[in-house]
Parts: sequence; C-alpha cells; structure tokens
Amino acid sequence: MDGFARLKEYLSKHRKTLFAGFLAVLLTNFFTLLPPWFVKLAVDKIEAGTTARQLLVYGFWIVFTTLVQGYFRYRMRQTLIVASRRVEYELRSDYFAKLVRLPKSFYNHFKTGEIISRANADLEAVRNMIGPGIMQAANTILALMGSFAFMLALNPKLSLLTLVPIPFLSVAVFHLGRSIHRKFTRIQEQYALLSSKVQENLSGVRVVRAYVQEENEIHSFEKISRELVGRTLSLVKAQALFYPVLYFLAGASLLLVVWVGGREVMAGEMTLGGLLAFLLYLLNLTWPAIALGWVVGLYQQGKASLARLEEVFSAEEEPVGSAGTVQPESRQGEIEFRDLSFGYGADNHLVLKNINLTIPAGQTVALVGRTGAGKSTLVSLIPKLFPVKEDRLFVDGTDVTHHPTGLLRRQIGFVPQEPFLFSATIAENLAFGLVSVDTEKVARFSRLAGLENDVTDFPSGYQTVVGERGITLSGGQKQRATLARALATDPKILILDDAFSSVDTDTEEKILSGLRQLWKGRTVILISHRVSTVKDADLIAVLEAGEIVERGTHAELLARGGYYAELYEKQLLEEELERI
Amino acid sequence: MTGVSGFHEDEVLGKAYDARLLGRLLHYLKPYRAAVVLGVVLLLTSTFLTLSIPYLVKEAIDTGIARGDAGRLRLLMGWVVIVLLTDFGVRYAQTYLVQWMGQQAVFDLRQEVFAHLQKLSLSFYDKNPVGRLLTRVTSDVSVLGELFSSGVVAIFGDLFTLVGIVVYMLYLDVKLSLITFIVLPLLIYATMIFRKKARESYRQVRRGIARINAYLSEHIGGMTVVKLFGQEARSQVRFEGLSAELRDAHLKSVLYHAVFFPVVEILGAVSLALIIWYGGAGVLAGVLTFGTIAAFVQYVDRFYQPIRDLAEKYNVLQSAMASSERIFKLLDTRPEFESPANAGKVENVKGEIRFENVWFAYRPEEWVLKDVSFTIKPGEKVAIVGATGAGKTSLVGLLTRFYGYQKGSIYVDGVELKQMDVQALRRHIGLVLQDVFLFSGDISYNIRLGSDSISDERMKEAARRVNLEPFIQRLPGRYRAVVEERGATFSVGQKQLLSFARALAFDPKILILDEATSSVDTETELLIRDALEKLMAGRTAIVIAHRLSTVEKSDRILVLHKGEVREAGTHAELLAKKGIYHRLYLLQYKNVLPSAKIPAA
Ligand SMILES: Nc1ncnc2c1ncn2[C@@H]1O[C@H](COP(=O)(O)OP(=O)(O)O)[C@@H](O)[C@H]1O
Ligand SMILES: Nc1ncnc2c1ncn2[C@@H]1O[C@H](COP(=O)(O)OP(=O)(O)O)[C@@H](O)[C@H]1O
Ligand SMILES: [Mg+2]
Repeated sequence: MDGFARLKEYLSKHRKTLFAGFLAVLLTNFFTLLPPWFVKLAVDKIEAGTTARQLLVYGFWIVFTTLVQGYFRYRMRQTLIVASRRVEYELRSDYFAKLVRLPKSFYNHFKTGEIISRANADLEAVRNMIGPGIMQAANTILALMGSFAFMLALNPKLSLLTLVPIPFLSVAVFHLGRSIHRKFTRIQEQYALLSSKVQENLSGVRVVRAYVQEENEIHSFEKISRELVGRTLSLVKAQALFYPVLYFLAGASLLLVVWVGGREVMAGEMTLGGLLAFLLYLLNLTWPAIALGWVVGLYQQGKASLARLEEVFSAEEEPVGSAGTVQPESRQGEIEFRDLSFGYGADNHLVLKNINLTIPAGQTVALVGRTGAGKSTLVSLIPKLFPVKEDRLFVDGTDVTHHPTGLLRRQIGFVPQEPFLFSATIAENLAFGLVSVDTEKVARFSRLAGLENDVTDFPSGYQTVVGERGITLSGGQKQRATLARALATDPKILILDDAFSSVDTDTEEKILSGLRQLWKGRTVILISHRVSTVKDADLIAVLEAGEIVERGTHAELLARGGYYAELYEKQLLEEELERI
Repeated sequence: MTGVSGFHEDEVLGKAYDARLLGRLLHYLKPYRAAVVLGVVLLLTSTFLTLSIPYLVKEAIDTGIARGDAGRLRLLMGWVVIVLLTDFGVRYAQTYLVQWMGQQAVFDLRQEVFAHLQKLSLSFYDKNPVGRLLTRVTSDVSVLGELFSSGVVAIFGDLFTLVGIVVYMLYLDVKLSLITFIVLPLLIYATMIFRKKARESYRQVRRGIARINAYLSEHIGGMTVVKLFGQEARSQVRFEGLSAELRDAHLKSVLYHAVFFPVVEILGAVSLALIIWYGGAGVLAGVLTFGTIAAFVQYVDRFYQPIRDLAEKYNVLQSAMASSERIFKLLDTRPEFESPANAGKVENVKGEIRFENVWFAYRPEEWVLKDVSFTIKPGEKVAIVGATGAGKTSLVGLLTRFYGYQKGSIYVDGVELKQMDVQALRRHIGLVLQDVFLFSGDISYNIRLGSDSISDERMKEAARRVNLEPFIQRLPGRYRAVVEERGATFSVGQKQLLSFARALAFDPKILILDEATSSVDTETELLIRDALEKLMAGRTAIVIAHRLSTVEKSDRILVLHKGEVREAGTHAELLAKKGIYHRLYLLQYKNVLPSAKIPAA
C-alpha cells in the first residue's frame, strides 16, 4: 500500500469532523472578508460626509463579524487539529500493533533506536502535514479565492495584475518542494542513526565504562551529531529561500496595484476608498501566500516521513497460522521433526540439517552440544519464532505451519537462554503470561523455581520493582524468574534453553527435584552443558554442527563412548579421579 | 501487568526551576553572541524595510494619487522596488544565519547531554529507563532547537516589529494611537492565562513522549518474550493507554490555542473599529488625513500579526521550557562519586587487590556485601563461588567502581580506590560481564571497540585463544562480518566468547570473569582455561563460575554466602574443611559419579 492510501483510510474515519472542519475554515474565511468591506463602506462614507454615530455602527459590525469569525476559527482548530491528533494516536497505536506482529527477523535489521525514531520524529512530521498542514492549506486556498473574488468585484483589472507573480511562484514551489523532500529524508535518516547510537550507548553502559570507551563514544556521537547539523542546514538553505521569495512576490503585487490603481484613481476611474479596500484585501492575501511556503514544506516533510513509516507498516508480518485447525483435546505435547533443515539467511548456510526427532508427549528430552551447534535454533522453531517449511515440524500430529500461532505458543512454556524481564514488579513479571496477577500462583511457582527465598529477602518482596531487563537482579535470580514465569502458564510443553547456566549447582539441584514432580505429563526439552542436569532425561540428543550425531539415554551414550561420554569425563574432576 | 509501576514515572519537577531556565538556555547562545547580534540587526533591517512599505504607500496615496502627481507616484514606487529587493537579500541571510546559530547551539547542548550521560553512575542507569534518557538526548533537545532557531531571534524580531509599529503610529498620530492601544491590557491578561495553561499541558506532553519511548524501547527489546507468552494484545492495550495520555495532553493544548487565537483576532477587530470610529470622526472634523487612516488600518493589521506570531512562538517557548526543565534536571544530576582531582597516576599495576571490611548496599541498609575482607596477591588466580544472589557480581562491581561502597576500603596495589582516577583504574582491568553486550557494527569493532592501539594481530590472537576463530572463519567477511544490535544473530555462547576475546585483546593486568563461560560448552571452556593459564601468567585473575571444573585449578577459592566470605582456601583445603564448598562439590558430582567414586563425606 502506498503511504497516502493508508493515510486516507485513517482520515476517512474522521471524515465528519474533517467536513465540519472544512466548513469552519470556509466560514472563518468568509467572515474574515467582511471587516475590510465595512472599512471600505466607512471610508466611502467619510469621503461623502457622515456622522460619528454612523461610523460607530460600522465599528460595531467589524467587531461583530470578527466575533463570529472567531467562533469558527475556534471550531476550525477544534475539528481539524483535534482530528490530526486523533489520527496520530491511531497511527501510533497501529504502529505498535504492527511491531507486535512483525517477525523476529525484522528486529535483526531494524535497530531499536531507528524504530523509536520513526514512531517519534516521523510520526510528528506526518501529523504536522495532516493537522496544521491541511488546515493551513484549506485556509490559504479559501483566503486566496475569497479575497480574490472581492477584489474582482472591486476592480477586475487590478485583480488580474496581482496574478502576475503566480507562474514564478509555481516554479519556485515545484523546485524547492522536491529538494525539501530529498533533504528532509536525509535528515530523518540521520536522526534515526543518532537515536540508535544513543540507544546502544545507554544499553551498553557497563561495557562502555569497563573498557573506558567514553571518549570514543563521545567522539563518534559527535560525528553523527555534526552530520545531522550539516544535513539540517542543507535543508535550511533551501527552505530559507522560500520566505524571501514569497515576501518579494507579495510585495511585487502590492507595487503593481498601487501603481496601476493609483493611476486609475487619478484618472477618476476608481475611488480612493476602493483602492484602500483593495489594498486591504491584498494584505489579506499576503499571509496566506506566505503560509503557502510553509504548507509546501509541511507537505514535503510529511510525505518523506510517511514513506519511512510505510516501510514499517508494509513489512511482512509473522504468519498467524490457520485458525481453529487444532482441537484443544488433542493438545498433548507431542513434537516431531521430520527431516528438517533450516538456515537463517539467504546465504544458504544451514544451521540445522536433516533433523529427525520424535518426542512423545510427556517425555523429557535433553539437547547437548557445542556452542553454536544449533540447539537454541532447534527449539526456537517449535513456537514458530522463525518460519519453518511445511511438513517438517509437527506438534500433536499437526504441521506447525497450520497451527494458530497464538494458540501454539500458549501451550509452550519457554525459558529463553538470555533472561529478559520487564521493568515492573517481580509479581507482575512472574504473572506475565497470566490473565491477572494471582499472588498465590505467583508464590507457588516462585517456590518451584527456587526464587522464593531470594524474593522474601527483599524488603518489598514480590512488589520489588526490577530495572530494565531485570538489571537489578543477579543473573541467577533473573533466570529463575523467567523459569517461574514460564511455569506459571501451565504449559503442555516446557522448553528450558540453558536455563540454569547462572544458577549454582546447589540451587539447580533443588529446583530440578521440585520440577520433576511438576513435569509429569508434560513434554520437556532441556538444553544444558551440565551432565548433572541432563542425565535423567528419557532421551539425550547430541547436536553437532546442526546434525544429531548421537542419541540415547545417559547409560547408552556413556556406553557408546562418543561426544557425550567425553563430556562426562571432562566434567569429572581430574584430580578426583586421581585420588580414587 | 496492572498499572504502570513507579519505574516509569517520570520525575515530577518543581516550580523552583522556572525562573532560572530561560537565563540558562540563553547561556547556550553565548558562543554565538555575534551571530545573535547580527541576526537581530538583520531582522531589524528587514522589519524596518517591511514596515516602510505601508509608509511609502501612504505617501503615494497622500502626495501622489490624491494630488494627481504621477511623477511622485513613480518615484515612490521606485523606492518600493529597492526596498523589496534589499529585503529579499536581508531576509534570506537572516533566516539562514539564525538557523545556523540554532543548530550550533543544539549541537553543543546535545553533546553536553550525551557527555554527561557518560559520567553518570550506574545506579542512575538502574533507575532510569533507556527510552527516557534517549528522549532527553533526541526529542527534548530538538524542541530546544526550535526555540534557538525559530524562537529567540524571531521573538526579538517580533518585539522590535511591535515597537517599530508603535513608534510609527505614535509619530503619525498620538491620540489615535492611544485609542488603538486601549485593548492592550486585555491582550496581556489573555496571554498570561494562556501561558499558564499551555505550560502545564506541554509538561504533560513531554512526559508522555518520554514514557512512550521508554515503553517502546523496552518492548522492542522484549518482543520475543511478548510473543512467546502470547501477550501481544495486552502489551498493545497498555501502549494505547500511554498513547492516549499523550493524545489527551495534546488535545488540551489544542484547546488553549483554539481559544487564544480568536481572542487575539477579536481584540484586533476592536482596535480597527476604534480607528474607524475615532479616526473617521477626525477626518470628518478635518484633523486627520485619509492617508493616516489608511496607514493605521495597515499598521493595526501588522501589529496583530506579530502578536499572533508571538503566540505561536510562545508555543515554542513553552514547549521548550518543558523540555529544558527535563534536560537541566538531567545535567544537574551529579554522579554518585567522582574521581579525586589529585588522583595519583596508576601505572605499572602489579595487581594486588585488598578488601578491608567492605560493606555495600544498593539501597540504604539492604546490605548485599557484609564486612568482606580478603587479599589477592599479584598474579594470583582466585575463584569466587557461591549461590546466585550471594553478591559475587556486586563485589566485582565495586572493584571496577561501577558502584560506590559505603563502609570499609578497597586497595589496588595499596592505593585506596576512592583516591584513584576511575578511568585509569579501569584501563588495567579486563572485565567479562555476566550479561553480554555487543554493539552493532562488526566483529573487529566488538573486540577492540574504539581502541586503535589493538593491532589486527592481537585481535586475532584473542579470538583464537577463546576458540572463536573457526566460527569467525565461517562468517562472510570474517572480522568484518556484521554484528546486529546486541549480537542478535549469534548464539549466546558465541556472544560470550566474543566478549571474552574483547577482554583478552585489551591485555589487562587484572582479568575479571563473571560467569564468562556459563553458556559455553565444557570442551571449549576447558580449552579456554588452558589457554588462559599461559596467557595470564603473572597477572591477577578473578573468576566467578558455577561449574566447579572451571574453578578447581585456581590458586585460591573464596566462598561467598549471603554477602559474607565464609570460606577461603585451595580446592583441597576447602574439601577437607567439609563446609559449604564441600557440599557444593558433592552436589555437582554425586549425580554424575558412580556412587563408589564419591569421596567419603
Ligand atoms: N537470528 C539469527 N540469524 C542468523 N544466524 C543466527 C541467528 N541465531 C543464531 N544464528 C547462528 O546459528 C548458529 C546456531 O546458533 P544457536 O542455535 O544459537 O546455537 P546453540 O547451539 O549455541 O544454541 C550459530 O552459528 C549462530 O551464529
Ligand atoms: N543494580 C542493582 N540494584 C539493586 N539490587 C541489586 C542490583 N544488582 C544486584 N542486586 C541485588 O544484590 C544481590 C546480589 O546480587 P549479585 O551480586 O548479582 O549476585 P551474584 O552475582 O552472586 O549472583 C541480589 O539479591 C540482587 O537482587
Ligand atoms: Mg552474578
């Protein structure tokens, strides 16, 4: 969809308001035209001789019509500008709704700072186009037409003279407009880069400090910031030309009118009052004409930003799967990989190769293997974090591509390798997958995840607010919190991706013994580097360079003497073996 | 998640700030004093030129047209042409100059804010969401930019225009002028009310934007979690809530504007009516000329234009005030501690570390480390073990001066940390953090960061040591291979190894590994351990790990329990002690070893 087509949809939701707004603009402009008319009448009367009382009546009409005009001016803002703020709100909300539906791969290429910058600076530019932009455009056109009509009535010849600068104006608008568009796009790009830089610098503050990179960071920020100034000034150069040009052209019209009109007055073809009124209308024209420059700027900037927003709005969404193909009863938690191969990018590098693995419902399967072997990739395919081809991965006998994504994910409890918590209370974090914060449930699963003692040590207990990404917790506390969060959703399938790496053995042992009770009747996939964690699994699969190279129980694999047996050996204390 | 927690509440700002704000803002224009003066002069010129046109027109009417003097009319029109041309040039120069100045000031301010953020303590970062701080550096500063560039000089300009008009009008006719200005008090009163209301709504707008950005920043980071838990709808609803708050704040300010502008118009109309009535009577009585009325009518129009303009500028000003409150609040935040000015040079660090009765708490009275004392000799390899939350990472955070400690002393080579230059200290420490952070860029940038002093050879050597070379060889572009934000396309273990390589490349005197290989397979871990032994010969190392296989070869092991050092000694000594370490040891191996092999407890 083209950006403007999308914008039209939003605007059409507010068409009544917009219509009322245009009406208000029309009436505002109509009533703006009346006071000069009264001035003309009054001046004509003065010329002809009148009373001060009579003039007071004209004064009254001037004020009265302005009052009416003022009311419509008020309505104009309350409709057009309000509508633009509402559209902005809807756009922003839909922007987020879009972000939520975009696949994980989108976020690899769009940086956080960039996404935020579009939601801010670009959305603002679009808002300026549809709010002040539309209002000013309507105003300008009406004011121009209205004043011109009155001027025509006063003196057709003079009126036509005022049109002389228009061709020049069009040329200026066309050229400057194009260059504004181009330059503004470059500014927004640079601004987004600056946002990303700041975002990363702030997120990585610990690394920046530990490696004393402050100066380097300031320096590279300075470069980006300088470039932004340069690009902004380049736009300024173009835009700064607009106003003088418009002023000049407006002045030129005035000049023509006084000159030619003056001759007519001298020739007796026109009254002095007529010329005066004409001049007033011309003045009325000046501001709209100058505002035209502004409108063109707003339009070009809005258009440029709209295109940048559209890039996000038109990005391909995550597939939702077909609705309702899986019956709730059949959700047992059986998982089957059939000859599955998978690669992330277009570079044909396969991260997983010919994976065949069936995990019967209720069983515990452990994955071990070297760093980068593809373990996390394998499990991330089950909740469809990355798209798989058809007929390769089945959950409960149904191809996952047919599973409704939301439903599928809700039956999976996933503990990602890198714990992520939100900056909310611990209770809110643990209840993240629940409909509401259920304190009893929170406490129960917190206990199961071995987190309870830590939390009760905090003065505010479960109401303790954690920092962004859970920064104010220790690594192991974060991991256990994410474990509790996953358990709380009562999932059929539990996936623990190296979920105990930051947990000491003592705590891990306690958690595992508690969990063994819980995961009866659930399918569990465990990834770990510790033999002690995986040895009781029903099946242990060893992954190497994307392939399953060994599979079997602990005893079977030890007997086979492969990677797993070696791992086992290595984890025994050499010294210990010596002693025995 | 119900409600928005305190963490998201933006600071509430007091009134005390108000008065000093503007002065402080103008301070940023100081380096550009000359530009400001020139800008104002150009503006004055342009104002004068623009204003002289109605005067010329009046003259043309009174002395040319009214008297039928075509020659005079031509002459005056000639002047108009000259005025217009000059005005064109002056206006262009003025606009550019003013924007240039504004952009420079914005640049300076932005640089200052960013640099200031590089100084603030980590405890500050714990409390402030990234999105909020991001808003300060980006959009809040931009708002000020508008003030600097389209605001300050233009406000001066508008004021000059007003003064100019008033002077012209008084010059033309004092009485008529005074009559025209009768409405001024009303205008001032209306403006004051508007000011108060608008300011408040702008504050809400700025706060709304900061909160939206904080929310966005956090949820983009946690998008996978949102998806995994199927919480798209709920996070959407909460976002809409924040978005609606911002909308309502905006709508309030729209309302104030919608009322204020018509009020200005109406007051203008009253002035016009007064001119017609009083001035017309004057003409009738023969004391005023038509030309004067014509001029007055035009001037009144031009008098209200800058006022409308000023109202618009007021907008910018109020908005800028709301932003500057936030920015200055940030700039006024001092780091928790600063390096002493006379800090001694830290050269040739030997790597002796001594903790003496150190007490530390993140929040008052919640002691995370209690009376910790130990000494690490130069070149010693010490391991710290203990349950999660025992305070291991915190201990390391004190040594690197991420956080300040409340009681006790820490010495490196006999110098108290508080007497040391923080950056100088950190240059000697290589830290591998528990939470890995990679920058977007390429592999090579992530290993050597901004340090040019690290040669390609040393960088590759570091990667080889941590067994990362085979992986890098496979990447397109090798060391130039793209790293996405936070290393999104790498496995967690690979990220850990990369940050490990970073620490090695910096060739530190003191190496600190906080669970640096927790997500790495045992084989790689052991390879690294052996490589490290050679590499770190003669250097001090502190290793935090849970896998005892990682720590057993250390010279000494410290067991941290609930913030206290409970045991210390070699692996063998600690086993013999049959304390906490012994229990950990048993746990880790009892499941693995055939029962016969378990050492007798
Ligand atoms: N989002 C991604 N895009 C591209 N490559 C990826 C992505 N995530 C992981 N990889 C690559 O896929 C391989 C397997 O990673 P992963 O499954 O995380 O390994 P591990 O077995 O350590 O869990 C690694 O080489 C990694 O660099
Ligand atoms: N930035 C912080 N702000 C407040 N509390 C913290 C912060 N970091 C850690 N803590 C708390 O301090 C305690 C010790 O944490 P930490 O030193 O990370 O433990 P360890 O590294 O031994 O697992 C924990 O209870 C944790 O919740
Ligand atoms: Mg830790």
